[in-house]
Amino acid sequence: MNAQVSRPGPPLWLLLELTYKCPLHCVFCYNPTDFSKTGAELTTADWLRVLREARALGAVQLGLSGGEPLVRDDLEEIVGAAHELGFYTNLITSGVGLNETRLQALKAAGLDHVQLSFQDSTKQMNDFLSSTRTFELKSKVAALIKKYDYPMVLNVVLHRLNIDHVEEILKMAQSMGADYVELANTQYYGWAFKNRDRLLPSREQLQRAEATTQRFREQSGQNMRIFFVVPDYFERRPKPCMNGMGSIFLTIAPDGCALPCHAARMLPGLDFPNVRDQSIESIWYDSPSFNHFRGDAWMKEPCRSCPEKTKDFGGCRCQAYLLTGDAANTDPVCDLSPHHHLVTEAVARSESPYREEHPLIFRDHR
Amino acid sequence: MDTIAVTAKPVLGKGFRLQWEPAQSAHVLLYPEGMIKLNGSAGEIMKRCDGARTVAEITADLESTFTTGGLEADVAAFISMAVAKNWLEVRA
Repeated sequence: MNAQVSRPGPPLWLLLELTYKCPLHCVFCYNPTDFSKTGAELTTADWLRVLREARALGAVQLGLSGGEPLVRDDLEEIVGAAHELGFYTNLITSGVGLNETRLQALKAAGLDHVQLSFQDSTKQMNDFLSSTRTFELKSKVAALIKKYDYPMVLNVVLHRLNIDHVEEILKMAQSMGADYVELANTQYYGWAFKNRDRLLPSREQLQRAEATTQRFREQSGQNMRIFFVVPDYFERRPKPCMNGMGSIFLTIAPDGCALPCHAARMLPGLDFPNVRDQSIESIWYDSPSFNHFRGDAWMKEPCRSCPEKTKDFGGCRCQAYLLTGDAANTDPVCDLSPHHHLVTEAVARSESPYREEHPLIFRDHR
Repeated sequence: MDTIAVTAKPVLGKGFRLQWEPAQSAHVLLYPEGMIKLNGSAGEIMKRCDGARTVAEITADLESTFTTGGLEADVAAFISMAVAKNWLEVRA
């Protein structure tokens, strides 16, 4: 343990990735590309123990995600236990598998919030834009969510292939009765990173989409709140990823692997502990992999001497690793990074009319 | 921001939950994917907003619990702010 690092606060935010199984094959999924090689999923009893131990440390916000969490038939039991313990429970779902019986049971179990994500592949995008199958599924689920008195929160992942349809997407969201729409530009990890050159929009596309969103906001008033999340590749300073690794976020992967961020599994040299072997308390406070990126002793220049390091914590460790090969480097999104050209070159490539076209790789078992 | 009427009966806003967190030694306000840590007086006011008591009754209760007086303006200002942020709502 690094002696200069004071004892961190509790893992306030707990994300359980209950399963990597998912009926969808999204090209922008951030799950690990080798997810099919991960070991057996935790049992219900394991998940309940994780909840008790994390809650005892002070965890209070709970995300239930995956994969598609509805694939687990013990989701209702997990939500019930979490609610009893005092967690605020958030279900992050594609809605596939969410019928009235299950939503009623989840509500009764104490589920606080549902975030419906819009799944997407090129075909489904076309379905969606032409109001066919996907739209019908989403509308049905959206109506159910409202019937059970939840705010209707729709999350749509944007990328090069759908960003020009922002207006249609917003109209669809409106006709579904969405209260909140999050237009989240793809973050490039996992499958999305593999597909980056096909998914990264051009700056012009991005600006057009933002302008369209702003116009839509002005015309449609306050009934539907719209959030537009700009992709960090177009920024000059990195995001304060995870509020600094190991400061508030704790993710448990389907096989019990404990991670300081849901993408961190790919970072080499960090032997992330498993909840089957260790308590959440020893994982959070004592494991070398959780302590590794706490404080700033791990930082290299230009972060180490930068006054902004307390604000952005050097950005994202996973992005630094994916782009530069070293997770301790400054996130190359920062224009002070000697590797910033890797980001600007990727953006430039997305604007070139002579782009090489790679086939899209759909998330799949392989 | 309008100042709340002393006869209003504020209650926790939809989707919010208020609870005491021993790990933080504070009341926290929970909402979808977020949390606000309340300071001592904010917590004491919020936990009395049950939809049954009026702002005047909440103020009187606080003044008697903490054996002090003259809290009227502070309590009204906090509740007005909390209503503006949707932490609290006043049902007609």
